[in-house]
Amino acid sequence: MGRITLKQVTKSFGDVEVIPPLDLEINDGEFVVFVGPSGCGKSTLLRLIAGLEDTSGGTIEIDGKDATGLPPAKRSLAMVFQSYALYPHMTVRKNIAFPMRMAGVDKAEQKRRIENAASVLNLTDYLDRRPGQLSGGQRQRVAIGRAIVREPAAFLFDEPLSNLDAALRVGMRMEISELHTRLKTTMVYVTHDQVEAMTMADKIVVLRAGHIEQVGSPLDLYREPRNLFVAGFIGSPKMNLLQGSEAEKRGAVTMGIRPEHITVSATEAAWRGTVGVSEHLGSDTFFLVNLEGYPDPITVRADGEVSLHPGDTIHLIPDESRIHRFDAQGLRIP
Amino acid sequence: MATQQSRSAARMMLAPAVVLLLAWMLVPLIMTLWFSFRKFLPLRGGDLGFAGFDNYTRFISSSAFWPSVQTTLIIVGGVLLITIVLGVILALLLDQPMWGQGVVRILVIAPFFVMPTVSALVWKNMFMDPVNGLFAHLWKFFGAEPIQWLSQESLTSIVMIVSWQWLPFATLILLTAVQSLDSEQLEAAEMDGAPYLKRFWYIVLPHLSRAITIVLLIQTIFLLSIFAEIFVTTGGAFGTKTLTYLIFQRVLESQNVGLGSAGGVYAIILANIVAIFLMRIVGKNLDT
Repeated sequence: MGRITLKQVTKSFGDVEVIPPLDLEINDGEFVVFVGPSGCGKSTLLRLIAGLEDTSGGTIEIDGKDATGLPPAKRSLAMVFQSYALYPHMTVRKNIAFPMRMAGVDKAEQKRRIENAASVLNLTDYLDRRPGQLSGGQRQRVAIGRAIVREPAAFLFDEPLSNLDAALRVGMRMEISELHTRLKTTMVYVTHDQVEAMTMADKIVVLRAGHIEQVGSPLDLYREPRNLFVAGFIGSPKMNLLQGSEAEKRGAVTMGIRPEHITVSATEAAWRGTVGVSEHLGSDTFFLVNLEGYPDPITVRADGEVSLHPGDTIHLIPDESRIHRFDAQGLRIP
Repeated sequence: MATQQSRSAARMMLAPAVVLLLAWMLVPLIMTLWFSFRKFLPLRGGDLGFAGFDNYTRFISSSAFWPSVQTTLIIVGGVLLITIVLGVILALLLDQPMWGQGVVRILVIAPFFVMPTVSALVWKNMFMDPVNGLFAHLWKFFGAEPIQWLSQESLTSIVMIVSWQWLPFATLILLTAVQSLDSEQLEAAEMDGAPYLKRFWYIVLPHLSRAITIVLLIQTIFLLSIFAEIFVTTGGAFGTKTLTYLIFQRVLESQNVGLGSAGGVYAIILANIVAIFLMRIVGKNLDT
């Protein structure tokens, strides 16, 4: 079991309120990702759940029991840190055994769980090495192993992939997702990378300055961002946001359209512009297009092998059904 | 220093320092060895010729020799124990955020700046004086008979004085080590269910092991040769005669340079034995 409920939780450091009153429900078995720009309070929120920071107000319930005042060790949560926080003077085996040693699990059971975790995480050959002799990805797996053996109610991940190189990050992303499917334990994952959020989450919590901007499944957030912030944050490349006549024509102050919902047309069409910088990724090409009458260029996705050159005039057809409209407060107009 | 040329240039530039250092070390060492085989009594006839191993046998068979070795080891061991235990505790306390941190840290380091002679005299006259010392007043306040520190508890007194001098050094080195500990490691241990004492034992102490080793080695080097603290307090009486002090007495009080030099050679041997033991015990901490 691992149901976590936050009720009116606040956190202040001195006079600075980092997290204004906040409610959140995390269901058993869910993979929840907290995502937001740096300094938005997502790590603080995770540390509040972990018990490494005290709340300034409100209550945290784990499985229906009030855990607000409980020390971290009593909350049956396991955490994987950004720096992995492995104990450098202990072997991998001892690192993984440490939480069980503290809990007084008997030796045979310890051995069974270590071997189990090691085989799940492909660490069997490295059990007698020290963390210093392992690669980044292996250290990451040891940190996860140390969390698994405690058989916690929920796992907390604090930006666990940010110290890995790009290729390894994709691999570890898959491994963590697989782990979640296998263990079916609640996972709370903090990241600033919206790609990680989109690919891994059952439920994304978008945070800005301690406020929850929107909670929902990745596709909910993609299809119906509740406001301009979420619209600009979720999706890669970013959604194009236009003001002025085009927006007014559609009855909005700001209109948004994603690069993948604009089609390049050979003939005269709704929009006309000149091609600026282009990025060829092979499968796709992204163009920056300077629309007539707009100071900022918009991004357009086209097929990988379209050949357009800077300075070319192109015609664009926006997909009217995928246009997002926002009012003066930046909220979505349904 | 990759190319042949830069390597030879480097050697050239290092040469003066190396030669100077060698001369600095070798000249006194060879002179000590030379005098230790001579019968050399400056006020009673000067250099009286070759003495063979006479000085060595006389120095070691003197009734003062083994007690002096023992005293040396007790002082070194006692001071190391006190400075490292208190140093770790102080370092952990000073690492806590508190009001006036900067001033407190400077005050903690202060004893290290006081010259050994001065600090020993301050202790002798202000604290340990059996009539006017602060300790005497404290004892009297509780109705106890004041201790005559430097005569009754002479060795303890010396250990206390020297520990007071070296505690800042240990604290300083250990504090920097405490500060370099990754706070996420402690938090991870906290999540893993380790209470404070276990976190200290399993995480902090292993992290400090290298710093402790350095404190141990450096302090041993200096503690084997403490002199001023003994000279100005007990003058070597009441069982506080260390090997260093014994050599001083042989050379200057008995005016026997040959005998003192032989003692110097024994001191070198003792220092090496201590060094070998220390490296065996703690040297592996420096590898990883």
